[in-house]
Amino acid sequence: MMTAIQKLGRSSIQLCGNVGYAGLFLIKTLVRKPRPIKGAPLLIQELYSIGVFSLPIILVASIFIGMVVGLQGYNILSKFSATEQLGQLVALSVVRELGPVVAALLFAGRAGSALTAEIGLMKTTEQLASMEMMGVDPLWRVIAPRFWAGVISLPLLTMIFCAVAVIGGHVIGVEWLGIDTGAFWSNMQASVDFHLDVLNGIIKSVVFGFIVTWIAVYQGYATEPTAAGISRATTRTVVYSSLAVLGMDFVLTAIMMGGW
Amino acid sequence: MSQKWVETSVGLFILAAILGMLLLAFKVSDLSLYGEHDTYTVFAKFDNIGDLKPRAPVTIAGVKIGQVVSINLDKALYKATVTMRIKARDNNIPTDSSANIVTAGLLGSNYIAITPGFETAFMQDKGVISETNSAILLEDMIGQLIFNSKKGDKDDEKV
Repeated sequence: MMTAIQKLGRSSIQLCGNVGYAGLFLIKTLVRKPRPIKGAPLLIQELYSIGVFSLPIILVASIFIGMVVGLQGYNILSKFSATEQLGQLVALSVVRELGPVVAALLFAGRAGSALTAEIGLMKTTEQLASMEMMGVDPLWRVIAPRFWAGVISLPLLTMIFCAVAVIGGHVIGVEWLGIDTGAFWSNMQASVDFHLDVLNGIIKSVVFGFIVTWIAVYQGYATEPTAAGISRATTRTVVYSSLAVLGMDFVLTAIMMGGW
Repeated sequence: MSQKWVETSVGLFILAAILGMLLLAFKVSDLSLYGEHDTYTVFAKFDNIGDLKPRAPVTIAGVKIGQVVSINLDKALYKATVTMRIKARDNNIPTDSSANIVTAGLLGSNYIAITPGFETAFMQDKGVISETNSAILLEDMIGQLIFNSKKGDKDDEKV
């Protein structure tokens, strides 16, 4: 009995410690004098490996999600003979919820795990330690560009995701199921508001990008320096960031929809 | 993999994102570049607004000229005060115009239709439309219909 209570106490102290370390780590990474001339090439390299390499999965997923929402929505709306509202249904569900959330989940699986594995291997093979020996701060050289690239990439990927998904819905609704093009777009435009729907979706994706990349780089940096440690850290990245994205999505939606 | 290719593909990535954003802004949400300074505000008091909601369109002859900004209860009169924002371009609404809450289709959402009057003076900013007609509630109408048809039956019996 006592040991169980002790275990609980130990794990909660560890949890608090980890959260504190992660916060300190983030502050150390971000709060520093900007060095744009030396930092920009690093950032572009990371935008390439995080953002551009995530494009194929985002494009394929978004076009299929748009088409599926279009098909399902058509079948339900045809019961009420309101199939002209399909554009509104596809656009609102994609722009408000599906776009930011699914893009963030895919990003966590595609880019977050890669970040953790890369940084974790750097730590395991003592590349980070040797950088410090040479007087190069690994937080500046390795972590910061990856963090910023993640925070910048996810909103850009989300915009592409939403646009392509709406086009996917258009392909199914108009080209295949024969809804009138004008009705499709005009019902969409009548109900989607730029500030309330599109901008809130982008705000969500910025928050998700921050959370996912933070978890990924911290898990990589705090890896146990063994092969099994890297695999555990990568798994933790995907699990934690997926759960954090879904949880934060509810909180953000509740704030934006005026629940509070 | 040369630096040139890396930079080009990052550039293309950002361009694609901007294109997506433009499509979302102009094609999906129909963002108009009119700011608040290009509109003016008009009030109207209704006995019953039915199912009218903020962001509902305001129309003249079926053409959208603005939208409902907010709906509040007038505590003194027990009436609903509807605040509408009208495009500055449509500044020739006569002061004796009337505002009606109508329903788009049988089950559609409510919107405001303004019927122009004959006055030569036009509505100014913060003007009030005094002549209003409340929303027609479908339930009331059905009730009335049933009531009338019953009365008709009784008349038949008398004859």
